[in-house]
Amino acid sequence: MDDGTLILIEIGAVLLGMSLLGRLAARIGLSPIPLYLLFGLAFGTGGLLPLHEAHEFFETGADIGVLLLLALLGLEYSPAELVSNLRQSKYAGAIDFLLNALPGAVMALLLGWGPLGAVALAGVTWVSSSGVIAKVLRDLGRVSNRETPAVLSILVIEDLAMAFYLPVLTAVAVGVSLWQGAISVGIAVGVVLLILFVAFKWGHVVSRLFSAEHQESLLLGVLGLTMLVAGLAEGAQVSGAVGAFLVGIALSGRVAREAESVLTPLRDLFAAMFFVFFGLTTDAGQLLAVLLPAVVLAIVTMATKVLTGYLAARRAGIGVPGRWRSGLVLVARGEFSVVIAGLAVGAGAVPELAPLATAYVLITILVGSFAARITDTKWFKARMRQRALVRR
Amino acid sequence: MTIRIEKVDLPGIGTRHDLVTESGRRLSVVAYRDGERNLGIFDVEDPDACRDSIAITEDEAEALADLLGTSVAVSRLTALTDSTSGLYTEQLELAPDSPYLNRPLGDTKVRTRTRVSIVAIVRDGGVVPSPTPAEVLRGGDIIVAVGTRDGLEAAGRLLSNGPD
Repeated sequence: MDDGTLILIEIGAVLLGMSLLGRLAARIGLSPIPLYLLFGLAFGTGGLLPLHEAHEFFETGADIGVLLLLALLGLEYSPAELVSNLRQSKYAGAIDFLLNALPGAVMALLLGWGPLGAVALAGVTWVSSSGVIAKVLRDLGRVSNRETPAVLSILVIEDLAMAFYLPVLTAVAVGVSLWQGAISVGIAVGVVLLILFVAFKWGHVVSRLFSAEHQESLLLGVLGLTMLVAGLAEGAQVSGAVGAFLVGIALSGRVAREAESVLTPLRDLFAAMFFVFFGLTTDAGQLLAVLLPAVVLAIVTMATKVLTGYLAARRAGIGVPGRWRSGLVLVARGEFSVVIAGLAVGAGAVPELAPLATAYVLITILVGSFAARITDTKWFKARMRQRALVRR
Repeated sequence: MTIRIEKVDLPGIGTRHDLVTESGRRLSVVAYRDGERNLGIFDVEDPDACRDSIAITEDEAEALADLLGTSVAVSRLTALTDSTSGLYTEQLELAPDSPYLNRPLGDTKVRTRTRVSIVAIVRDGGVVPSPTPAEVLRGGDIIVAVGTRDGLEAAGRLLSNGPD
Protein backbone atom coordinates (compact mmCIF):
# COMPACT_ATOMS: atom_id res chain seq x y z
CA MET A 1 0.00 0.00 0.00
CA ASP A 2 1.36 3.43 -0.86
CA ASP A 3 1.36 6.42 1.48
CA GLY A 4 -1.65 8.07 -0.14
CA THR A 5 -3.88 5.10 0.55
CA LEU A 6 -2.64 4.67 4.08
CA ILE A 7 -3.27 8.30 4.96
CA LEU A 8 -6.92 8.01 3.85
CA ILE A 9 -7.37 4.83 5.85
CA GLU A 10 -5.83 6.31 8.97
CA ILE A 11 -7.79 9.58 8.84
CA GLY A 12 -11.00 7.76 8.03
CA ALA A 13 -10.59 5.29 10.86
CA VAL A 14 -9.81 8.02 13.39
CA LEU A 15 -12.76 10.22 12.34
CA LEU A 16 -15.10 7.25 12.40
CA GLY A 17 -13.88 6.26 15.85
CA MET A 18 -14.38 9.83 17.08
CA SER A 19 -17.92 9.88 15.74
CA LEU A 20 -18.78 6.72 17.67
CA LEU A 21 -17.23 8.19 20.82
CA GLY A 22 -19.20 11.40 20.35
CA ARG A 23 -22.42 9.39 20.22
CA LEU A 24 -21.43 7.46 23.31
CA ALA A 25 -20.68 10.72 25.14
CA ALA A 26 -24.06 12.16 24.18
CA ARG A 27 -25.76 8.95 25.37
CA ILE A 28 -24.26 9.23 28.85
CA GLY A 29 -24.70 13.01 28.95
CA LEU A 30 -21.02 13.87 28.95
CA SER A 31 -18.87 16.25 26.94
CA PRO A 32 -17.00 14.33 24.23
CA ILE A 33 -13.71 16.15 25.00
CA PRO A 34 -12.37 13.65 27.59
CA LEU A 35 -13.19 10.75 25.25
CA TYR A 36 -11.34 12.41 22.35
CA LEU A 37 -8.31 12.92 24.59
CA LEU A 38 -8.31 9.28 25.68
CA PHE A 39 -8.78 8.19 22.07
CA GLY A 40 -5.72 10.21 21.05
CA LEU A 41 -3.74 8.79 23.94
CA ALA A 42 -4.56 5.26 22.85
CA PHE A 43 -3.18 5.85 19.35
CA GLY A 44 -0.34 8.21 20.10
CA THR A 45 3.19 8.06 21.40
CA GLY A 46 3.56 5.02 23.60
CA GLY A 47 -0.05 4.06 22.89
CA LEU A 48 -1.55 0.94 21.36
CA LEU A 49 -1.51 1.81 17.67
CA PRO A 50 0.70 4.80 16.74
CA LEU A 51 -0.37 6.71 13.62
CA HIS A 52 2.23 7.26 10.90
CA GLU A 53 1.06 8.93 7.74
CA ALA A 54 -1.82 10.99 9.14
CA HIS A 55 0.28 12.63 11.83
CA GLU A 56 1.09 15.73 9.78
CA PHE A 57 -2.49 16.14 8.64
CA PHE A 58 -3.72 16.04 12.21
CA GLU A 59 -1.04 18.50 13.27
CA THR A 60 -2.22 21.14 10.76
CA GLY A 61 -5.84 20.37 11.54
CA ALA A 62 -5.15 20.83 15.25
CA ASP A 63 -3.66 24.29 14.63
CA ILE A 64 -6.71 25.36 12.66
CA GLY A 65 -8.90 23.84 15.38
CA VAL A 66 -7.44 26.13 18.02
CA LEU A 67 -7.96 29.19 15.81
CA LEU A 68 -11.56 28.24 15.06
CA LEU A 69 -12.34 27.52 18.73
CA LEU A 70 -11.25 31.06 19.57
CA ALA A 71 -12.73 32.78 16.52
CA LEU A 72 -16.17 31.30 17.24
CA LEU A 73 -15.88 32.24 20.88
CA GLY A 74 -15.22 35.82 19.77
CA LEU A 75 -18.22 35.70 17.41
CA GLU A 76 -20.52 34.88 20.32
CA TYR A 77 -19.84 38.18 22.01
CA SER A 78 -20.30 41.71 20.78
CA PRO A 79 -17.80 44.36 21.89
CA ALA A 80 -20.56 46.13 23.85
CA GLU A 81 -21.36 42.94 25.77
CA LEU A 82 -17.72 42.51 26.70
CA VAL A 83 -17.33 46.07 27.95
CA SER A 84 -20.49 46.07 30.06
CA ASN A 85 -19.57 42.67 31.46
CA LEU A 86 -16.09 43.83 32.34
CA ARG A 87 -17.53 46.79 34.22
CA GLN A 88 -20.05 44.75 36.15
CA SER A 89 -17.98 41.74 37.04
CA LYS A 90 -14.39 42.85 37.43
CA TYR A 91 -14.36 41.81 41.10
CA ALA A 92 -15.78 38.39 40.34
CA GLY A 93 -13.15 38.08 37.60
CA ALA A 94 -10.34 39.05 39.97
CA ILE A 95 -11.51 36.60 42.65
CA ASP A 96 -11.78 33.93 39.97
CA PHE A 97 -8.19 34.55 38.89
CA LEU A 98 -6.74 34.62 42.42
CA LEU A 99 -8.57 31.53 43.63
CA ASN A 100 -8.05 29.35 40.57
CA ALA A 101 -4.90 30.42 38.76
CA LEU A 102 -2.62 30.64 41.81
CA PRO A 103 -2.99 26.98 42.89
CA GLY A 104 -1.88 25.91 39.41
CA ALA A 105 1.17 28.19 39.50
CA VAL A 106 2.12 26.98 42.97
CA MET A 107 1.83 23.33 41.93
CA ALA A 108 4.05 23.90 38.87
CA LEU A 109 6.71 25.60 40.99
CA LEU A 110 6.56 22.75 43.53
CA LEU A 111 7.13 20.31 40.68
CA GLY A 112 10.12 22.41 39.56
CA TRP A 113 8.66 23.30 36.14
CA GLY A 114 10.02 26.86 36.05
CA PRO A 115 8.25 30.13 35.20
CA LEU A 116 6.81 28.94 31.87
CA GLY A 117 5.36 25.85 33.53
CA ALA A 118 3.91 28.00 36.29
CA VAL A 119 2.23 30.46 33.91
CA ALA A 120 0.89 27.60 31.78
CA LEU A 121 -0.48 25.50 34.64
CA ALA A 122 -2.05 28.63 36.17
CA GLY A 123 -3.97 29.05 32.93
CA VAL A 124 -4.96 25.38 32.84
CA THR A 125 -6.57 25.53 36.30
CA TRP A 126 -7.99 29.03 35.88
CA VAL A 127 -10.39 28.80 32.95
CA SER A 128 -13.69 26.95 33.17
CA SER A 129 -15.02 25.35 30.02
CA SER A 130 -17.58 27.71 28.49
CA GLY A 131 -18.55 25.00 26.00
CA VAL A 132 -19.29 22.34 28.63
CA ILE A 133 -20.97 24.76 31.02
CA ALA A 134 -23.21 26.47 28.45
CA LYS A 135 -24.43 23.02 27.41
CA VAL A 136 -25.05 21.90 31.00
CA LEU A 137 -27.04 25.08 31.71
CA ARG A 138 -29.24 24.39 28.70
CA ASP A 139 -29.61 20.67 29.38
CA LEU A 140 -30.59 21.19 33.01
CA GLY A 141 -33.05 23.97 32.11
CA ARG A 142 -31.20 26.62 34.05
CA VAL A 143 -30.89 29.29 31.39
CA SER A 144 -33.85 31.18 32.87
CA ASN A 145 -32.53 30.98 36.42
CA ARG A 146 -31.57 34.18 38.14
CA GLU A 147 -28.03 33.07 38.99
CA THR A 148 -27.22 32.27 35.34
CA PRO A 149 -26.05 35.80 34.39
CA ALA A 150 -23.50 35.61 37.24
CA VAL A 151 -22.21 32.28 35.89
CA LEU A 152 -22.07 33.55 32.32
CA SER A 153 -20.27 36.73 33.28
CA ILE A 154 -17.48 34.68 34.87
CA LEU A 155 -17.15 32.73 31.64
CA VAL A 156 -17.10 35.92 29.57
CA ILE A 157 -14.46 37.54 31.78
CA GLU A 158 -12.30 34.43 31.56
CA ASP A 159 -12.62 34.38 27.79
CA LEU A 160 -11.69 38.05 27.54
CA ALA A 161 -8.81 37.51 29.96
CA MET A 162 -7.45 34.92 27.51
CA ALA A 163 -6.78 37.77 25.08
CA PHE A 164 -4.19 39.04 27.54
CA TYR A 165 -3.12 35.78 29.08
CA LEU A 166 -2.10 33.97 25.87
CA PRO A 167 0.33 36.71 24.71
CA VAL A 168 1.86 36.69 28.18
CA LEU A 169 2.30 32.92 27.91
CA THR A 170 3.98 33.33 24.52
CA ALA A 171 6.20 36.12 25.81
CA VAL A 172 7.30 34.10 28.84
CA ALA A 173 8.15 31.23 26.51
CA VAL A 174 10.33 33.50 24.36
CA GLY A 175 11.82 35.83 26.98
CA VAL A 176 15.28 34.86 28.17
CA SER A 177 15.83 37.21 31.08
CA LEU A 178 13.23 38.67 33.40
CA TRP A 179 13.73 42.16 31.92
CA GLN A 180 13.48 40.94 28.35
CA GLY A 181 10.42 38.94 29.30
CA ALA A 182 8.79 42.01 30.82
CA ILE A 183 9.42 43.99 27.63
CA SER A 184 7.95 41.35 25.35
CA VAL A 185 4.93 40.99 27.65
CA GLY A 186 4.49 44.77 27.47
CA ILE A 187 4.66 44.77 23.68
CA ALA A 188 2.25 41.84 23.43
CA VAL A 189 -0.33 43.42 25.73
CA GLY A 190 0.03 46.70 23.82
CA VAL A 191 -0.66 44.97 20.50
CA VAL A 192 -3.72 43.21 21.94
CA LEU A 193 -5.08 46.48 23.33
CA LEU A 194 -4.55 48.12 19.95
CA ILE A 195 -6.38 45.36 18.08
CA LEU A 196 -9.18 45.37 20.69
CA PHE A 197 -9.52 49.12 20.28
CA VAL A 198 -9.76 48.77 16.49
CA ALA A 199 -12.30 45.96 16.91
CA PHE A 200 -14.46 48.03 19.27
CA LYS A 201 -14.24 51.23 17.29
CA TRP A 202 -14.31 50.03 13.70
CA GLY A 203 -15.79 46.53 14.02
CA HIS A 204 -18.72 47.48 11.76
CA VAL A 205 -16.27 48.44 8.99
CA VAL A 206 -14.61 45.02 9.24
CA SER A 207 -18.06 43.40 9.12
CA ARG A 208 -18.82 45.27 5.90
CA LEU A 209 -15.99 43.38 4.20
CA PHE A 210 -18.33 40.42 4.09
CA SER A 211 -21.85 39.85 2.90
CA ALA A 212 -24.20 37.81 5.03
CA GLU A 213 -26.06 36.76 1.87
CA HIS A 214 -23.32 34.70 0.22
CA GLN A 215 -22.57 31.75 2.47
CA GLU A 216 -19.66 30.42 0.50
CA SER A 217 -17.75 33.67 0.20
CA LEU A 218 -18.53 34.42 3.83
CA LEU A 219 -17.09 31.06 4.92
CA LEU A 220 -13.91 31.51 2.89
CA GLY A 221 -13.56 35.17 3.84
CA VAL A 222 -13.96 34.82 7.59
CA LEU A 223 -11.76 31.73 7.66
CA GLY A 224 -9.15 33.53 5.57
CA LEU A 225 -9.19 36.68 7.69
CA THR A 226 -8.97 34.62 10.87
CA MET A 227 -5.91 32.71 9.69
CA LEU A 228 -4.30 35.82 8.23
CA VAL A 229 -4.63 37.85 11.43
CA ALA A 230 -3.58 34.82 13.47
CA GLY A 231 -0.45 34.46 11.38
CA LEU A 232 0.40 38.16 11.66
CA ALA A 233 -0.18 38.05 15.42
CA GLU A 234 2.07 35.01 15.65
CA GLY A 235 4.72 36.95 13.73
CA ALA A 236 4.47 39.80 16.25
CA GLN A 237 5.03 37.28 19.08
CA VAL A 238 1.38 37.63 20.16
CA SER A 239 -0.25 34.22 20.17
CA GLY A 240 -2.15 33.52 16.94
CA ALA A 241 -5.11 32.21 18.92
CA VAL A 242 -5.64 35.71 20.29
CA GLY A 243 -5.64 37.14 16.78
CA ALA A 244 -8.42 34.71 15.87
CA PHE A 245 -10.40 35.65 19.00
CA LEU A 246 -10.15 39.35 18.18
CA VAL A 247 -11.33 38.77 14.59
CA GLY A 248 -14.37 37.05 16.07
CA ILE A 249 -15.06 40.01 18.35
CA ALA A 250 -14.62 42.57 15.57
CA LEU A 251 -17.33 40.95 13.45
CA SER A 252 -20.82 41.87 14.58
CA GLY A 253 -24.46 41.90 13.61
CA ARG A 254 -25.92 39.66 10.94
CA VAL A 255 -22.49 38.87 9.45
CA ALA A 256 -21.42 37.47 12.83
CA ARG A 257 -24.60 35.35 13.17
CA GLU A 258 -24.22 33.93 9.67
CA ALA A 259 -20.48 33.38 10.05
CA GLU A 260 -21.18 31.50 13.27
CA SER A 261 -23.56 29.15 11.52
CA VAL A 262 -21.28 28.43 8.53
CA LEU A 263 -18.12 28.01 10.63
CA THR A 264 -19.59 25.85 13.39
CA PRO A 265 -19.34 22.55 11.46
CA LEU A 266 -15.72 23.36 10.56
CA ARG A 267 -14.99 24.20 14.18
CA ASP A 268 -16.49 20.91 15.31
CA LEU A 269 -14.29 18.96 12.90
CA PHE A 270 -11.00 20.75 13.52
CA ALA A 271 -11.47 21.22 17.27
CA ALA A 272 -12.14 17.48 17.59
CA MET A 273 -8.95 16.90 15.60
CA PHE A 274 -7.13 19.21 18.01
CA PHE A 275 -8.25 17.20 21.03
CA VAL A 276 -7.29 13.93 19.41
CA PHE A 277 -3.95 15.34 18.30
CA PHE A 278 -3.27 16.58 21.82
CA GLY A 279 -3.83 13.04 23.02
CA LEU A 280 -1.72 11.67 20.17
CA THR A 281 1.32 13.75 21.12
CA THR A 282 0.93 13.09 24.82
CA ASP A 283 2.99 10.21 26.11
CA ALA A 284 0.52 7.81 27.69
CA GLY A 285 3.39 6.28 29.65
CA GLN A 286 3.81 9.49 31.63
CA LEU A 287 0.19 9.60 32.67
CA LEU A 288 0.71 7.49 35.78
CA ALA A 289 3.64 9.60 36.96
CA VAL A 290 1.59 12.81 37.00
CA LEU A 291 -1.62 11.26 38.26
CA LEU A 292 -1.09 12.20 41.90
CA PRO A 293 -0.37 15.91 41.26
CA ALA A 294 -3.30 16.00 38.82
CA VAL A 295 -5.70 14.58 41.43
CA VAL A 296 -4.48 16.94 44.15
CA LEU A 297 -4.70 19.92 41.80
CA ALA A 298 -8.16 18.89 40.64
CA ILE A 299 -9.48 18.56 44.21
CA VAL A 300 -8.07 21.94 45.26
CA THR A 301 -9.14 23.91 42.20
CA MET A 302 -12.57 22.29 41.98
CA ALA A 303 -13.15 23.50 45.55
CA THR A 304 -11.86 27.00 44.75
CA LYS A 305 -14.05 27.15 41.64
CA VAL A 306 -17.14 26.28 43.70
CA LEU A 307 -16.17 29.08 46.08
CA THR A 308 -15.71 31.48 43.14
CA GLY A 309 -19.20 30.79 41.80
CA TYR A 310 -20.70 30.92 45.30
CA LEU A 311 -19.19 34.34 45.98
CA ALA A 312 -20.09 35.72 42.54
CA ALA A 313 -23.72 34.67 42.99
CA ARG A 314 -23.79 36.13 46.50
CA ARG A 315 -22.60 39.45 45.11
CA ALA A 316 -25.43 39.28 42.58
CA GLY A 317 -27.94 38.91 45.44
CA ILE A 318 -28.78 35.26 44.80
CA GLY A 319 -30.08 32.97 47.58
CA VAL A 320 -28.09 30.10 49.08
CA PRO A 321 -29.31 27.29 46.77
CA GLY A 322 -28.57 29.45 43.73
CA ARG A 323 -25.07 30.18 45.03
CA TRP A 324 -24.35 26.46 45.25
CA ARG A 325 -25.73 25.92 41.77
CA SER A 326 -23.41 28.63 40.39
CA GLY A 327 -20.38 27.20 42.13
CA LEU A 328 -20.93 23.57 41.23
CA VAL A 329 -21.77 24.21 37.58
CA LEU A 330 -18.44 26.02 37.05
CA VAL A 331 -16.26 23.06 38.10
CA ALA A 332 -15.60 21.63 34.63
CA ARG A 333 -12.43 22.74 32.84
CA GLY A 334 -12.16 21.86 29.19
CA GLU A 335 -11.14 23.12 25.79
CA PHE A 336 -9.12 26.10 27.05
CA SER A 337 -7.07 24.15 29.53
CA VAL A 338 -6.11 21.80 26.71
CA VAL A 339 -5.40 24.70 24.33
CA ILE A 340 -3.14 26.36 26.90
CA ALA A 341 -1.28 23.16 27.67
CA GLY A 342 -0.88 22.48 23.94
CA LEU A 343 0.51 25.96 23.23
CA ALA A 344 2.82 25.81 26.25
CA VAL A 345 4.29 22.43 25.38
CA GLY A 346 4.70 23.58 21.78
CA ALA A 347 6.56 26.65 23.07
CA GLY A 348 8.99 24.54 25.09
CA ALA A 349 7.39 23.90 28.47
CA VAL A 350 8.10 20.61 30.22
CA PRO A 351 6.42 17.77 28.27
CA GLU A 352 4.88 16.38 31.48
CA LEU A 353 2.48 19.33 31.34
CA ALA A 354 0.49 17.61 28.59
CA PRO A 355 -0.34 14.38 30.46
CA LEU A 356 -1.01 16.37 33.63
CA ALA A 357 -3.46 18.65 31.77
CA THR A 358 -5.09 15.58 30.18
CA ALA A 359 -5.64 13.88 33.52
CA TYR A 360 -6.76 17.16 35.09
CA VAL A 361 -9.33 17.94 32.40
CA LEU A 362 -10.60 14.35 32.50
CA ILE A 363 -11.16 14.53 36.25
CA THR A 364 -12.81 17.96 36.29
CA ILE A 365 -15.15 17.20 33.40
CA LEU A 366 -16.21 13.86 34.90
CA VAL A 367 -16.66 15.23 38.42
CA GLY A 368 -18.11 18.48 37.06
CA SER A 369 -20.87 16.70 35.14
CA PHE A 370 -22.04 15.05 38.34
CA ALA A 371 -21.38 18.06 40.58
CA ALA A 372 -23.63 20.27 38.45
CA ARG A 373 -26.50 17.85 39.05
CA ILE A 374 -26.12 17.62 42.85
CA THR A 375 -28.22 20.74 43.33
CA ASP A 376 -31.16 19.12 41.53
CA THR A 377 -31.29 16.13 43.88
CA LYS A 378 -33.98 15.67 46.51
CA TRP A 379 -31.24 15.40 49.13
CA PHE A 380 -29.87 18.85 48.34
CA LYS A 381 -33.29 20.48 48.23
CA ALA A 382 -34.22 18.90 51.58
CA ARG A 383 -30.96 20.18 53.10
CA MET A 384 -31.69 23.70 51.86
CA ARG A 385 -35.21 23.59 53.28
CA GLN A 386 -33.86 22.44 56.66
CA ARG A 387 -31.34 25.25 56.65
CA ALA A 388 -33.99 27.80 55.85
CA LEU A 389 -36.12 26.49 58.75
CA VAL A 390 -33.23 26.61 61.22
CA ARG A 391 -32.48 30.18 60.21
CA ARG A 392 -36.02 31.21 60.78
CA MET B 1 -51.06 49.80 37.86
CA THR B 2 -47.39 49.60 36.87
CA ILE B 3 -45.87 46.43 35.59
CA ARG B 4 -42.16 46.00 36.10
CA ILE B 5 -40.33 43.97 33.53
CA GLU B 6 -36.68 43.32 34.14
CA LYS B 7 -34.36 42.76 31.18
CA VAL B 8 -31.16 40.78 31.65
CA ASP B 9 -28.54 40.09 28.98
CA LEU B 10 -27.26 36.55 28.74
CA PRO B 11 -23.98 36.95 26.83
CA GLY B 12 -23.57 34.33 24.17
CA ILE B 13 -27.14 33.04 24.67
CA GLY B 14 -29.69 35.84 24.30
CA THR B 15 -31.84 37.92 26.61
CA ARG B 16 -34.17 37.21 29.50
CA HIS B 17 -37.21 39.25 30.51
CA ASP B 18 -38.68 38.77 33.97
CA LEU B 19 -42.09 39.72 35.27
CA VAL B 20 -42.99 39.59 38.94
CA THR B 21 -46.75 39.19 39.25
CA GLU B 22 -48.93 40.92 41.80
CA SER B 23 -49.17 37.62 43.67
CA GLY B 24 -45.38 37.57 43.96
CA ARG B 25 -44.63 34.86 41.40
CA ARG B 26 -41.86 35.33 38.89
CA LEU B 27 -42.26 34.52 35.19
CA SER B 28 -39.50 34.78 32.65
CA VAL B 29 -39.14 34.65 28.90
CA VAL B 30 -35.74 33.75 27.48
CA ALA B 31 -35.22 34.68 23.84
CA TYR B 32 -32.31 32.74 22.37
CA ARG B 33 -30.35 34.26 19.53
CA ASP B 34 -31.45 31.51 17.18
CA GLY B 35 -35.08 32.58 17.67
CA GLU B 36 -36.08 29.86 20.12
CA ARG B 37 -37.97 30.98 23.20
CA ASN B 38 -38.33 29.59 26.67
CA LEU B 39 -41.11 30.32 29.10
CA GLY B 40 -39.92 29.90 32.69
CA ILE B 41 -42.01 29.66 35.83
CA PHE B 42 -40.04 30.24 38.99
CA ASP B 43 -40.13 28.10 42.08
CA VAL B 44 -41.94 29.36 45.19
CA GLU B 45 -39.41 27.92 47.64
CA ASP B 46 -36.33 28.99 45.71
CA PRO B 47 -37.14 32.22 43.88
CA ASP B 48 -33.86 32.09 41.91
CA ALA B 49 -34.63 28.82 40.15
CA CYS B 50 -37.11 27.87 37.48
CA ARG B 51 -39.50 25.14 38.49
CA ASP B 52 -40.37 24.59 34.87
CA SER B 53 -38.92 25.84 31.66
CA ILE B 54 -40.95 25.30 28.53
CA ALA B 55 -39.54 25.66 25.03
CA ILE B 56 -42.00 27.39 22.68
CA THR B 57 -41.73 28.11 18.97
CA GLU B 58 -42.12 31.54 17.45
CA ASP B 59 -45.67 30.79 16.27
CA GLU B 60 -46.70 29.47 19.65
CA ALA B 61 -45.26 32.54 21.33
CA GLU B 62 -47.29 34.76 19.04
CA ALA B 63 -50.50 32.82 19.67
CA LEU B 64 -49.91 32.92 23.41
CA ALA B 65 -49.26 36.66 23.32
CA ASP B 66 -52.52 37.20 21.42
CA LEU B 67 -54.43 35.10 23.87
CA LEU B 68 -53.09 36.87 26.92
CA GLY B 69 -53.30 40.28 25.23
CA THR B 70 -57.03 39.88 24.44
CA SER B 71 -58.10 38.99 27.92
CA VAL B 72 -56.00 41.80 29.34
CA ALA B 73 -57.59 44.35 27.01
CA VAL B 74 -61.11 43.23 27.89
CA SER B 75 -60.56 43.00 31.61
CA ARG B 76 -58.96 46.42 31.68
CA LEU B 77 -62.05 47.93 30.09
CA THR B 78 -64.23 46.22 32.63
CA ALA B 79 -62.12 47.47 35.47
CA LEU B 80 -62.27 51.01 34.12
CA THR B 81 -66.04 51.22 33.88
CA ASP B 82 -66.89 49.33 37.06
CA SER B 83 -65.51 52.19 39.11
CA THR B 84 -67.91 54.68 37.50
CA SER B 85 -71.37 54.40 39.03
CA GLY B 86 -74.25 53.66 36.69
CA LEU B 87 -72.02 52.65 33.77
CA TYR B 88 -71.57 49.02 32.82
CA THR B 89 -69.62 47.03 30.30
CA GLU B 90 -71.15 44.09 28.56
CA GLN B 91 -69.85 41.65 26.00
CA LEU B 92 -72.56 40.95 23.48
CA GLU B 93 -72.15 38.08 21.08
CA LEU B 94 -73.47 38.68 17.60
CA ALA B 95 -76.02 35.94 16.98
CA PRO B 96 -75.68 34.00 13.71
CA ASP B 97 -79.23 35.08 12.72
CA SER B 98 -78.72 38.75 13.54
CA PRO B 99 -80.03 41.15 10.88
CA TYR B 100 -76.71 43.01 11.07
CA LEU B 101 -74.60 39.99 10.11
CA ASN B 102 -72.06 41.02 7.43
CA ARG B 103 -73.29 44.60 7.57
CA PRO B 104 -71.27 47.59 8.74
CA LEU B 105 -71.47 48.59 12.39
CA GLY B 106 -72.81 52.02 11.40
CA ASP B 107 -76.07 50.42 10.14
CA THR B 108 -77.05 49.49 13.69
CA LYS B 109 -77.10 53.18 14.73
CA VAL B 110 -76.62 51.73 18.19
CA ARG B 111 -75.28 54.94 19.73
CA THR B 112 -78.19 57.07 18.53
CA ARG B 113 -80.81 54.46 19.33
CA THR B 114 -79.61 53.21 22.73
CA ARG B 115 -76.90 55.67 23.91
CA VAL B 116 -74.50 52.75 24.16
CA SER B 117 -70.88 52.97 22.91
CA ILE B 118 -69.14 50.10 21.17
CA VAL B 119 -65.54 50.24 22.46
CA ALA B 120 -64.12 47.10 20.91
CA ILE B 121 -64.88 43.97 18.93
CA VAL B 122 -63.20 40.72 19.86
CA ARG B 123 -62.81 38.57 16.77
CA ASP B 124 -60.84 35.32 16.21
CA GLY B 125 -58.80 35.83 19.36
CA GLY B 126 -57.83 39.38 18.33
CA VAL B 127 -59.21 42.76 19.26
CA VAL B 128 -60.54 45.54 17.03
CA PRO B 129 -60.30 48.54 19.34
CA SER B 130 -62.66 51.52 18.83
CA PRO B 131 -64.25 50.13 15.64
CA THR B 132 -65.33 52.69 13.03
CA PRO B 133 -68.92 52.72 11.68
CA ALA B 134 -67.55 51.08 8.51
CA GLU B 135 -66.38 47.96 10.41
CA VAL B 136 -68.31 44.97 9.03
CA LEU B 137 -69.79 42.67 11.69
CA ARG B 138 -69.11 38.94 11.40
CA GLY B 139 -70.69 35.87 12.95
CA GLY B 140 -69.25 35.07 16.37
CA ASP B 141 -68.05 38.65 16.97
CA ILE B 142 -68.03 39.67 20.59
CA ILE B 143 -69.06 43.30 20.87
CA VAL B 144 -67.78 45.11 23.94
CA ALA B 145 -70.28 47.81 24.79
CA VAL B 146 -70.40 50.46 27.50
CA GLY B 147 -73.63 52.09 28.66
CA THR B 148 -76.39 52.16 31.27
CA ARG B 149 -78.19 48.98 32.31
CA ASP B 150 -81.27 49.86 30.24
CA GLY B 151 -79.18 51.00 27.28
CA LEU B 152 -77.20 47.76 27.21
CA GLU B 153 -80.39 45.68 27.32
CA ALA B 154 -81.80 47.72 24.43
CA ALA B 155 -78.53 47.32 22.50
CA GLY B 156 -78.65 43.54 23.01
CA ARG B 157 -82.20 43.40 21.62
CA LEU B 158 -81.26 45.71 18.75
CA LEU B 159 -78.30 43.55 17.71
CA SER B 160 -80.23 40.28 17.74
CA ASN B 161 -83.66 41.46 16.41
CA GLY B 162 -83.09 44.75 14.62
CA PRO B 163 -84.91 48.00 15.48
CA ASP B 164 -88.33 47.69 17.17
